[in-house]
Amino acid sequence: MLRYNIVLGGQAGQGINTVESVLVKAFKASGYHIYATKEYMSRVRGGINTITLSVGSHPIRSYSERIDILLPFTAGVVDWVGDRLHSNSIVLGDAEVLPPQISTEHVFPLLWQSEQEKKSYIKQINTLCAGLVAALFNLEYDLLELLVRDEFSDKTESVVTANLDALKHGSLQGEKLKQQQKWQFPLTADTTVRDHHLLNGSEAVALGALSAGCNALSFYPMSPSTGVATFLIQHAETFSLAVEQYEDEIAAVAASVGCWYAGGRSLVTTSGGGFALMEEIVSLAGMSETPLVIHLAQRPGPATGLPTRSAQGDLNLVLYAGHGDFPRIIFAPSSIEEGIALSARAFTLAERFQTPAFILTDQYFVDTYYCSANVSLPQAVEPTIIKTPAEYRRYALSPSGVSPRGIPNYGNGIVLANGNEHDEYGDTTEAIDLSKLMPEKRMAKYEKMIEEALEPELVGADDYTILVIGWGSTFANIKQAVEELNDPRLALLHFSQLYPLPQSVIASLDQAQTLITIEQNFSGQFADLLQRDYCCRIEHRILKYDGRIFSTELIVQRLTEILEGVSL
Amino acid sequence: MKISPFDSSRPGSQEISWCPGCGDFAILDAIKETLTALQRTPQQTAVISGIGQAGKLPHYIHSNGFHTLHGRAIPIATGVKTANPQLTVLAVGGDGDMYAEGGNHFLHALRRNPNITVIIHNNQIYGLTKGQGSPTSLPGMKTTTQPRGVTAEPLNAMAIAIAQNASFVARSFIGDKELTCDVLRQAVEHNGLAIVEIFQPCVSFNKLNTYKWYAEHCQRIENHDCSDQAAALALALAVDPYPIGVLYRSGKKKTFEEQLPSYRNDDTPLWQRRVDRDALQQLLASKK
Repeated sequence: MLRYNIVLGGQAGQGINTVESVLVKAFKASGYHIYATKEYMSRVRGGINTITLSVGSHPIRSYSERIDILLPFTAGVVDWVGDRLHSNSIVLGDAEVLPPQISTEHVFPLLWQSEQEKKSYIKQINTLCAGLVAALFNLEYDLLELLVRDEFSDKTESVVTANLDALKHGSLQGEKLKQQQKWQFPLTADTTVRDHHLLNGSEAVALGALSAGCNALSFYPMSPSTGVATFLIQHAETFSLAVEQYEDEIAAVAASVGCWYAGGRSLVTTSGGGFALMEEIVSLAGMSETPLVIHLAQRPGPATGLPTRSAQGDLNLVLYAGHGDFPRIIFAPSSIEEGIALSARAFTLAERFQTPAFILTDQYFVDTYYCSANVSLPQAVEPTIIKTPAEYRRYALSPSGVSPRGIPNYGNGIVLANGNEHDEYGDTTEAIDLSKLMPEKRMAKYEKMIEEALEPELVGADDYTILVIGWGSTFANIKQAVEELNDPRLALLHFSQLYPLPQSVIASLDQAQTLITIEQNFSGQFADLLQRDYCCRIEHRILKYDGRIFSTELIVQRLTEILEGVSL
Repeated sequence: MKISPFDSSRPGSQEISWCPGCGDFAILDAIKETLTALQRTPQQTAVISGIGQAGKLPHYIHSNGFHTLHGRAIPIATGVKTANPQLTVLAVGGDGDMYAEGGNHFLHALRRNPNITVIIHNNQIYGLTKGQGSPTSLPGMKTTTQPRGVTAEPLNAMAIAIAQNASFVARSFIGDKELTCDVLRQAVEHNGLAIVEIFQPCVSFNKLNTYKWYAEHCQRIENHDCSDQAAALALALAVDPYPIGVLYRSGKKKTFEEQLPSYRNDDTPLWQRRVDRDALQQLLASKK
């Protein structure tokens, strides 16, 4: 599949996002499919951040590490991404930021007629480079001009003019280079792309929550989870949301539980370290049978770890969070579109089963976006709240384990919730029968939860003998790799619900002679879960734990090594 | 005995597990009396408690309630108020609950100003865990875990709250039932965060701060302008005797919940609301 990977690299605060913003809009308006992801350092100024922007004639969903065009805006970028360059990579940048040794011959320093000219453009080098790239891809100059005006619409006229000059200069250089080097980037425009939605993972989680009737948000800021909060707060007035940044994660999740208890639909967003503080309240939600929805955007731990990078290392944390036994649901969306659907589903199921539900994403997921024709908003499910009768018992025993949920001041009853073991009314008890019946009631919910668990997605041969297993945000990258390998023995089974798992997993695992798991953590946490619950042995674990995401290329390479060792 | 709409007939309410003579009994009565006098209904009321002997209070009252975790009553009560501003919300707990485990929440509630009443049963000792020192234990008091005597400075929550310009700050002693009911009535009626600390003897573990001791060491506040922050702070810093009554009322402040985007136009509880699908579709369309 034809795609071009353009990488922008610069210091934090240097404004590479401006180039990204202008180019993304320009490509989309021109009918090209786009995909973008970023990796960045945990600092406000300096360092090196990069954005990978892929353009193509067809939908792009996976991360490819190969760089076709690199635009370094600061010294060090070329070396930082050095292993992603190949002999045909094109590097375009000011001579001062280019190192002497580069693993490609196609290095083109920006041309300046004079020091004076360089000085006059260097402040607008972002816009200049946008013009340059746009010219290489034959994007309409008028369109670019419009987008640049729009980008700087809140700035003074002199800033706009300076940027338009830079755009022109970049465009002319691009035209010249293209002709000199006889470069061609043939892409077929697809006019429907203009109507596609462009959402990142944070926005998907937030939109899913809103469509499920989320009306409150409580959080404490923590990368990479804060994007969800920022988005909801931007739209808090429109949707009348009760949003609050609390003093710590404990208060944030506690307020969320209080909100659900009284009939709100609250979202908590956090990352691993913040979630570690929330555990006792998760346990309280489990015991008091209060719905709770937590979005956890993973980053590498332990402790502060790599604050701005990606990982799938908090599955165990979420799986085992909270003391004692209580049911829980864990989703890990595998695409932006599914991010919306599963965020909404987390609300629906948390409310129906009156128990915690998790949306497990990661930095890669929240910071990645692409244009999609398949974005839709799920319908809100009506709340399951009942009007309480005078003799209402919050924890009435029932075979399904689910008691009708009342809320304060709706009906004649009173609603008594409790974190201590309790009787049917909610009063604390140590009675021997209730001490046994109540845990059984809570855990009985699993039966229905398993029945309704999402089936994993199978990609590849139905009659596979080698099964690759993945979960969450790595889906498109693994799928692309499995498709490229085109091995008839091979299939991918990808999970978007991690707990509880559907019954079908038993047969899926049994069919395979070889199991290979792919995870972004050190130990293989999902593999361990499968081994724990399904008596299988997973020897082949492709693991990555450096905070950088699995590229399709890397997965192909690692799978190839394993496949070579598996006898036909 | 007077029948209160807040008397509970639930089986779990029939045997109260507080020690005979515990100040918590009188606090429970005072709360019921106050709510009845203010014509609140059990349905409109939610009593959110933490952990400890005071935390058991929701089990002995006919009202909505949530017996939560140690230290977490305030943020959970704030969440309850967030979901439904029409409820009368009380957060109850002891000195360990509110000032030790929940200390950070206490501080930030003062800033946030939710319209809830926080009632701190202050007996200057840990009761349920059987006699360890608490944040308000007096220096030198010997306990099972501080056998050589408590060394830390007692936490002066009243002074902290006043310094932080909390909207309503009061202290009482449960031996003065009339004053306690009066303070509670003002607190519940107050529009904003109301902090009420009630001295309440622990008859089992605190042999120092007894009914007699409190009676000798507390004095009703008289001739005090409770809008005067400096005067209120001076009163709060006094320890012998401890001034009891309403210490401080800040000037008019907006409550937390009325400033939330959800309640700018009306106070309809969240559960009665539905998402604006048109706005949602528009938002999605803006992402094209």
